[in-house]
Amino acid sequence: MANTYTAIATVTVGSGGAANIEFTSIPATYTDLLLKVSVRNTASALDRNMPITFNSSSTGYSERLLYGNGSSALSINRASSDLGYLYTNAANSTSNTFNNFELYIPNYAGSNYKSTSADYVLENNATAATTGLHAGLWSNSAAITSITISADGFSLVQYSTATLYGIKNS
Amino acid sequence: MSHKLIVDCSTGVTTEVELTAEEIAQREADAAAFAEIKAAEEAAAQAKADAKASAEAKLAALGLTADEIAALN
Repeated sequence: MANTYTAIATVTVGSGGAANIEFTSIPATYTDLLLKVSVRNTASALDRNMPITFNSSSTGYSERLLYGNGSSALSINRASSDLGYLYTNAANSTSNTFNNFELYIPNYAGSNYKSTSADYVLENNATAATTGLHAGLWSNSAAITSITISADGFSLVQYSTATLYGIKNS
Repeated sequence: MSHKLIVDCSTGVTTEVELTAEEIAQREADAAAFAEIKAAEEAAAQAKADAKASAEAKLAALGLTADEIAALN
């Protein structure tokens, strides 16, 4: 990892689980942000959405996902109240496995609309597994000062982790 | 589960906060929507499997062997 990466904050979910993780008071002193997440959801399914929002806003999001699950591949285009086509391991995946996910946000503190790119993969010791490439846009000119990761109606299990990195261009 | 984790990036401090009534309502709505989506996905998968079995049976009735039918997949 480049030496311009700084871990701003990290969190590990405790024994009680968590419905959401929110990074707040994000400083505007970096060029870009990188969010790395490894979580598991309690929903009874192989995978589960992990909606992400900025500044507690529920408007202005659009996204495109290229997705494969071991038997089929598809492309999804969506405009909604969050960046929602991001998937995590859920309860029907192999026990004690977690997904790998990262979201990159360039120029997060500028006055332009905020573009994002993400990739993720589930860990599942079986034929079915989910991986995806994701492009997103938040049509809002405000600097991003908070990021919310949701379990989308369920919970993130103990040992789920999320780390927010700040990246400077010098 | 009725709390969220808030990480203050200016201090590095993580606090556990109870969800508001509005957040709990949204959470319940999300879970209900998920159940509907999964039911629709399962119904669609079953319909697809049924159609495949029906098509294979019709091909077999036309005289195709199992290997010939498998080669079409």
